[in-house]
Order: sequence, then structure tokens, then C-alpha cells
Amino acid sequence: MTGEPFLEVKDLKISFPTDDGLVKSVDGLSFRLERGKTLGIVGESGSGKSVTSLGILGLHNKRNADVSGEIWLDGEELVSAGPDTVRALRGNKMAMIFQDPLSAMHPFYTVGHQIIEAYRVHHKVSKKVARKHAVDMLGRVGIPQPDRRVDDYPHQFSGGMRQRAMIAMALVNDPQLLIADEPTTALDVTVQAQILDLMHKLQEEFNSALIVITHDLGVVAELADDVLVMYGGRCIEYASARTIFERPEHPYTWGLLGSMPRIDRPNLDRLVPIPGLPPSLINLPSGCAFHPRCAYEPRTGGLGKSLSPELSPAAEPGHLVRCHMPTSERQRIWREDVKPKLEAQ
Amino acid sequence: MITYIIRRLLAAFVLLFIVSAAVFAIFYLVPRLVGATPETLATRYVGRAATPETVSLIAHKLGFYDPFWVQYARWVKGIFLGAEFDYGNGTDHCPAPCFGYSFITRQPVWPDLLDRLPVTLSLAVGAATLWVFFGVSTGVLSALRRGSFLDRAAMGVSLAGVSLPIFFTGLIGLLVFSYGLGLTASGGSYTPFTEDPGEWAYNLLLPWVVLAFQFSAQYARLTRAGMLETLGEDYVRTARAKGLPESAVNVRHGLRAALTPLLTIFGLDFGLLLGGAVLTEQVFSLPGLGKYAVDAITNNDLPKVLGVTMMAALFVVVANLVVDLLYAVVDPRVRIS
Repeated sequence: MTGEPFLEVKDLKISFPTDDGLVKSVDGLSFRLERGKTLGIVGESGSGKSVTSLGILGLHNKRNADVSGEIWLDGEELVSAGPDTVRALRGNKMAMIFQDPLSAMHPFYTVGHQIIEAYRVHHKVSKKVARKHAVDMLGRVGIPQPDRRVDDYPHQFSGGMRQRAMIAMALVNDPQLLIADEPTTALDVTVQAQILDLMHKLQEEFNSALIVITHDLGVVAELADDVLVMYGGRCIEYASARTIFERPEHPYTWGLLGSMPRIDRPNLDRLVPIPGLPPSLINLPSGCAFHPRCAYEPRTGGLGKSLSPELSPAAEPGHLVRCHMPTSERQRIWREDVKPKLEAQ
Repeated sequence: MITYIIRRLLAAFVLLFIVSAAVFAIFYLVPRLVGATPETLATRYVGRAATPETVSLIAHKLGFYDPFWVQYARWVKGIFLGAEFDYGNGTDHCPAPCFGYSFITRQPVWPDLLDRLPVTLSLAVGAATLWVFFGVSTGVLSALRRGSFLDRAAMGVSLAGVSLPIFFTGLIGLLVFSYGLGLTASGGSYTPFTEDPGEWAYNLLLPWVVLAFQFSAQYARLTRAGMLETLGEDYVRTARAKGLPESAVNVRHGLRAALTPLLTIFGLDFGLLLGGAVLTEQVFSLPGLGKYAVDAITNNDLPKVLGVTMMAALFVVVANLVVDLLYAVVDPRVRIS
């Protein structure tokens, strides 16, 4: 596989026809990801993050969702593949960790049962062998006395333990692609750090590709190599994590950084919210989808209202931004206007 | 778990006590509300020719002058120890469990109830088997193919099933299948299962179908709604994300959770039915508890009505208890807390 990325998403479009109109949740998303690397997908609620991840796993119901574009996983195209092909990969070569482990685990089955079930779908082994594997996996994600806890029900676990069990369930088949959808949102802050550490450790151990979906830039800073910022179903900025934090160029990314609490800065209470609401995915604003909330819209000379900007290369190689303002101007605004304000916060 | 069982058992016992007192109170109060006195109640048991002195003597001996609690206590005592009824000219004995004594037929009620119970039980068990199977499977298929022709057709038929009364569907069934096509028995006869299972089923087939039609309709709707709800749950999505085949996702994860609330409703329905499927038994002239109740009401035979009502109440309470205990088996969250 020379030059072929492990995961490549090309022009992915996912929309849902509803009575009110077509909801374009994901509109022309492209990215690639190598083994051992982590991609953070960031955005507000309704920006299309979760829909994208469910789309990669083929979890959208064909009857109420239109999926087009290409998803290449290790040389195999998934959008056009048959449901059984995708099902055989799901939970096996690619797996997912869900947001709220209490609702994402079945309340009527023991944790062990659910892990064993996940293992036995893809491995023709006896229950006994699968159980040994499940206990082993629970131990690896740091659950004490795994041989006893394996027979507990999800509601007997604490929140953090449940998320560990969820991770164990996702990892039981050694997936090469792991998607974590808001893996720490439902957890206490102290537990969040443990879970992030665990995921980082396990990723190194398995050398898997990891996609972390989050609205929390702290999680991104912790885990991601590359960051994709989504807005209104589209990618509006794509760069290495370092670039996103040090030289972001999109006004929306600036807004996200401004609304992120920083423990290392004084005046914690002075977060700067992004004005306005996320756009309706049925009727996106004309022109640039972000223009109604963008403080720099007047500088585009009306272009922002009429024309949707293309995702185009910025100064650094690999850095893509969807904005009408020229790179030089964006860099200047960041340097002279936004960055000093963030630091003064 | 053991404390849970004990708690449920205690609750059931208390409930049984309250229910029986309430039922007894109704039968004590209602005749008095419409103007009956101890004397008029007693008149029924001594014949028209009796003198007022005899009537009041009998009313006294049967305890009709006693206050409510005394009469109730005597009735409860009868269940455990049996009772004697003194008519002035000789005593009638009602052995334990004495669920009342008909002064009209001069027979204890309990043997009648035991006699009628197998009919109602046969009817209820057969119909329940049919409606659980057809109702749940229709509901599941409808939910999985929501909006399809099958879904609409099933929901249309089930709307008819819910709204058409038994005395309509039953009579149509008799007209078409018994008198028209000659496929089923025409009602009025019951053969015990132990005597001839074939005949037993032949006689009960149409009542089963008619009764099950109504319940299937309701269960199909409930199952469909429950399935649609659980299929949208996160854990069903998780099951799919694990790569489970659709059938396993729908049945092991979706249906499993959707069935739990159905269990409650089933327990109530089944318990209620054991007390007598009044309309079905009446339409098909089946000698079950329901028909017994109707006949007793027609004859104004209060002790019989009271006995069969108590029996029905007992079944509902017991069915509820069984559901509560089963819940602990079905839902692990109940077991712990």
C-alpha cells in the first residue's frame, strides 16, 4: 500500500429527507488518516460530526439517509459496498466508542455478555474462550478484579468504569480504526483525564487510527495529530493540531478557542461566546455559512453574503481554510487582534 | 432479591385484604342503597308465604342485622374454617374454603367456581398463546417496516380489532365459520382437556380466535410502539456498531427491551381474563366463570356474584404479583435496588 492512506474519505455527503426539507448534515467532506495517527473532528452540536462517524461505520439507515461519496478503508470502498461487507468490518476492523456509556450499553445484559457478544460475532470461538478474552480486555482497560466485574450489569459500574468497559468492548476485536464520539463528555473531569490517557496508551499499543469527535478543544489538544473543524456540515479548517492552536486562520476556530476555558490563564469567567446560533442544515445561510456570525464579514466586500468560499490552502502546507479573506490578512488579524485578546483573557 | 420477594408478597397480601373488604363493602352497601333492609334480603330465602316474624328471625340468624365488619369477618372466617347457616329449621354446612353460600340453590359457591374455572382457564390460555404470538410478531414486523404496505395493513386491521366488540366479531365468526363453512363448533359445548384433547380444542377454537383477535390487535399496536422506541435507543445502535446481524440487533437487543413493559400489561390482561371472559363466554355459551357471573346476576344471587368477583380480584392480584416477581428476572435493575 504505497502512498495509499489507511482511511480516506472523499467528498462524503450525508443528507436526510424530512417533511421540512432536505437536511444536509454532511456536505462534501474529505480527509485522510494514517495508522497510528489521531484526527480530531471539532464543531458545535449539529455541525455533522457524529453523522460523519456513523456514516463511516455505515450505521445510517438507507431508508432515511442518502449517503454519497467515497470512504476507503485499507483499500476497500465502503459507501458502495454491500451491507454484509460493511457489517463484517464493523466492530471488527473499525469500531466505535459512544458518548454516554449508560445508554449505549444494554441495561439487561451483563458487561461480559456484551463484550463476549461483540467478540463472537467476528470470531468463531466457544463462549468460554470469548469470556477469557473479555476478562483479559477488561483488565487491560484498567478495571480491577475483571474476572468478577465481568458478570456485573452496566448499572453496577461507575461512569468512568462504564466508559472503560465500553472501550474494552470496542477494542475486543483489535480494530485498526477506532472512532470515539465524545468519549469523555458524560464523565467527571478527573475521570476524563484517565480515559484520555487510556485511549492514548491503547492507540499506541494497537497502532490503530483514531478519530476523536468532540466539541472540547481540550480533548483535541490532548490526543489529536490533525484537527478538522466542521461548521454547517462542512470542513472549514483543517490543519495539524499545533497549527490549529498556534496559528488558526478561520474566524470560527478563533471563536472556538475564545470559548474554551483555560486553567493556565487568569480570569476564567471571561469566556468569549460565539454570537448567534448554529445554522439550520435545511436552509444554510447564503454565501459563507458562517457569515451571519462572523465579525470580519464586512472585510469581504459583500462576498461573504453571496458566495460560498472554497476550502483552499493557507500559508503552511496541509493547512486548509474555507474563508474569503486572504491568508495574509487572516494571519495579521490573528497576530494583532485575536491572539492578544485570548492571552489577556 | 429475597427482601424484594418478601416485600412483594406482603404488598400482595395487604392488597388482597383491601380488595376483598372493598368488594364485600360494595355488596353490603349497594342493596341497602336501593332500599333493601335485612328483612327484604331474608325474604328471598324463606319464600313469600313466611310471616314477618319468621323473616326477621331468619334475617337475624343469617346475621343480616350485624354491622358491616362483623359480617365481613364472618365471611373471611368462612374461607378458612367453613361456615354454618342456620335456617331455623335445620343447619346448612358450607365447608372451608367457603366463598359464600347461595341461599337460593342452597349450595356452596366454591365447588361451582372450581367447576367453572377449567373452562375459563382453557379459554384464557389458548387465546393468550395466540394473541401473544400473533400480536407481538405483527407488531415487530410493522415496526421494522414502518410506513410500508404491510405496516399500514396490519395497523388498519388492528384498529378494527381494537374497536369491534366481541359480541360482533363472535357472532360474525359463528355465522361464517360454524354455520356457513362448518369448520368450527357452534358453541355451547365444552369437553375437558383430560377427556378428549381434540374435542376440547375443536370446541374452543373459534372462541380462542375471536378473543385473541381483539387482544392481538392491541398487542400489535403496543409492540410496534415499544419497538419503535427501543430501536431508537443508543444501545441498539451499539449492537449494530458491534457488527451484529440485523436479526440479532432487532430481536436480542430491540425486542428484548420492548417486551418488558408488555409483560405488565399481559399480566393484568391475563389475570382479568381468568376472572371470566364475560362476553366471549356469553356469546359462545361456554360454562366458564364469566357466564356463571352473568347467570348469578340475572338470578339476583348475591353470594354467587360476590364469590366470583372475589375470585376475579384474587386472580388480578396474583397475576400482578407474578408480574412483579418476573420483572426481577427480566430486568436486572429491579433485582438490585
